Amino acid sequence: MTNDHNKILTGQDESEGQKFLVFTLGSEEYGIDILKVQEIRDYEAVTRIAHAPDFIKGVTNLRGIIVPIVDLRIKFRLENIQYNHHTVVIILNIAERVVGILVDGVSDVLTLSRDEIKPPPEFGAALSAEYLSGLGTVEQRMLILIDIEKLMCSPDMALFETAEAA
Amino acid sequence: MDITEFYQTFFEEADELLAEMEQLLLGLDMDAPDSEHLNAIFRAAHSIKGGAATFGFVALTDTTHLLENLLDRARHQEIRLRKEMIDAFLETKDVLQEQISAYRAGTEPDSEMVARICAVLQQLANEENAGAAGQTVVAPVQPVSIISAAPAAGPTSAAAADSSQLRVKFSGISESDRKLLGSELENLGNVVAQTQSGDSLTLWLETSCKADDIIAVCCFIIDVDQIDITENAGAPAESVESTIAAQPMTEPPSTTVAEPVAAKVIAIATAAAVSTSAQSKAAAIAANPVASAAAKESSSIRVDVEKVDQIINLVGELVITQSMLAQTAATLDPVLHERLLNGMGQLERNARDLQESVMSIRMMQMDYVFSRFPRLVRDLTDKLGKQVQLVTFGKATELDKSLIERIIDPLTHLVRNSLDHGIEKPEQRIAEGKDPVGQLLLSAQHQGGNIVIEVSDDGAGLNRERILAKAIQQGMAVSDTISDDEVWQLIFAPGFSTAEKITDVSGRGVGMDVVKRNIQEMGGHVEISSRQGNGTTTKIVLPLTLAILDGMSVKVGNEVYILPLNYVIESLQPRAEDIHSVSNEEQVLHVRGEYLPLTELHRVFNVADARTDPTQGIVVILHGEGKRFALLVDQLVGQHQVVVKNLETNYRKVPGISAATILGDGSVALIVDVSALQRANRGKAPLLAAA
Repeated sequence: MTNDHNKILTGQDESEGQKFLVFTLGSEEYGIDILKVQEIRDYEAVTRIAHAPDFIKGVTNLRGIIVPIVDLRIKFRLENIQYNHHTVVIILNIAERVVGILVDGVSDVLTLSRDEIKPPPEFGAALSAEYLSGLGTVEQRMLILIDIEKLMCSPDMALFETAEAA
Repeated sequence: MDITEFYQTFFEEADELLAEMEQLLLGLDMDAPDSEHLNAIFRAAHSIKGGAATFGFVALTDTTHLLENLLDRARHQEIRLRKEMIDAFLETKDVLQEQISAYRAGTEPDSEMVARICAVLQQLANEENAGAAGQTVVAPVQPVSIISAAPAAGPTSAAAADSSQLRVKFSGISESDRKLLGSELENLGNVVAQTQSGDSLTLWLETSCKADDIIAVCCFIIDVDQIDITENAGAPAESVESTIAAQPMTEPPSTTVAEPVAAKVIAIATAAAVSTSAQSKAAAIAANPVASAAAKESSSIRVDVEKVDQIINLVGELVITQSMLAQTAATLDPVLHERLLNGMGQLERNARDLQESVMSIRMMQMDYVFSRFPRLVRDLTDKLGKQVQLVTFGKATELDKSLIERIIDPLTHLVRNSLDHGIEKPEQRIAEGKDPVGQLLLSAQHQGGNIVIEVSDDGAGLNRERILAKAIQQGMAVSDTISDDEVWQLIFAPGFSTAEKITDVSGRGVGMDVVKRNIQEMGGHVEISSRQGNGTTTKIVLPLTLAILDGMSVKVGNEVYILPLNYVIESLQPRAEDIHSVSNEEQVLHVRGEYLPLTELHRVFNVADARTDPTQGIVVILHGEGKRFALLVDQLVGQHQVVVKNLETNYRKVPGISAATILGDGSVALIVDVSALQRANRGKAPLLAAA
């Protein structure tokens, strides 16, 4: 019975593809695997951590859990960073840890089939190609798909202790 | 239902029973053993054996069986206890512990080890048998006591008396089961005789138990169809011989046979009285451990630590939510909202009480740690040829479970050090006019929010010259003029040892640095005081718990930091004339004749809009590891109890920060690692390698 169930699920996956949470950074649209997302929250004041990289805004209290907040806009070297009522925090569940990312707004949840995802081109230093899982096209718009887990666990994120050793 | 589900419970119980057994054995007075203690030791062995047999742990069953036999005879005063015996019992306890660990890990215990300890126990039993041959006095004790106890019980029925002779035949059983069955039947009544041929065993048992009851008992060990019971079967005369042949270990040798057999004949003659009392006696034996177990169960329950931690976290949340509500409610008009505010006050009290009670669940008595030292001291003093009396104080002092488990290793190390290096050999002590028996004192007591654990000996004390010489030899930068305290700190350096020769007790130089590091990781520190010839005292100061702490919140710029209150001595507003510069970088503060290094918190944490002029801010005097320093902050905010949240759960270690907490308004505040600031001050470990 569970086997049949699984078949139906995978069958759906193949026809309907993967679901992505779409958010904006400046004028670009990005997508991350929705299964990594725990929740979306308003941006509230954070507690600054001394000597942390500038893209780590600090830590905040998520119902008793201390969660670090990364400003992806600073990490991706965007200009004109604003904190307004569109600014939200996407709380991610990555490698058994809880991390928040600060983005310019969440717009949509989209399903992309495999043939709608194209392999990524080479990029510069701010966003190395190894953290991209592909480029998607939705209604003439380009969607940059990020392997968020890989990005967050990377040494230059300096989020986790292992990163320091590397 | 899978029987393996109950393994865990058995292992935990067995651990407790073994610990209890060890404690009782160590406390035993060999010349006049307390029969209650002997009974308790016996019961512990018996309970372990019972459980082991149920779960099919053969090696464990066999070893405990031999131990139990010896203990049983000891408690019936059939054998006299000697020191070697206690040693052997203690060794058996260790082997049992290892067997349990092996079973716990899902492997079979080392058969050589089992065989060896079994041989030791057999040897003891044999020696005692040989001894018993010389003094036959002890043999008839058992039946006599039964008869004297008989009138109280009284015969229940004539039928019981008539059916008291049973022939029990077991077929297809193994060697270990045979022993087990034999001892089980002994509990049910008197085994008059037994024979064995091949894999079958026949016993003649006089008992008032019904055949069904016997089958029920034996079912734990073998299957029903392996048992055959015939009632009113007379014991064959020749079986007396085979009894001796079959059980040379437990039955006295032939010279004494006449007497126990004669006693048994008497017992048969007074069948009604004897069998009933035998039954009631057996029942009493069986009921005793059950009763004590029941008493334990009703007063405590076993709970997973994770569950307790979950409750602690939830209560922590509750307290934070409560203080958030209180802050909001404080803005309301007290007249209009009197009832709401009253309710808020009550909620606060209840929340605090709840938090305290929940925290107390995690608290364990220091006895948990101290109780393992009598054994260590006993073994080590034997090995080192020293005489030491161990005294413990403050066993009931409570400490958080996570800390109590981590204190064992450092404390063990300090005790070993005291025994090996501290306390001298008896001859030397006499030569120095001391009592040949050295004193080792372990104490625990609460001091404010800390627990202070002391290991103190009246031995030789630390040798200043030798430590200095060794330090210079190992290339440490020391001068001859440094203070004693600083000299003692040298022994915490990695790889430092003054022992003339390396023993397996201590002297490898790994240790004191590990002790210090472990204690520091627990948020505590170590102090040593010593006088040559008069002994050494090592003092460990630890916070009571890691889960909550009393904090002083301070503001620097717009940021709030928490200073653990137990580091804070005082705070003051410095005057310009008290602040002096040393070179261009460092500043010191002159407080009542003392110059303290001044650390500016805004500089440590790069806080932008903080007050940089010390006379405009507040200076908090902190002490850590016996040293004091001054910390400049903008202003004091208040004092409160904070729930410690690990920063490393979702982030990483931050230099100068020990943890985080959540303030009443829901925001996060960082807790300052005072010891790290202290170390950074002394320049031994720069706080920020990168900065």
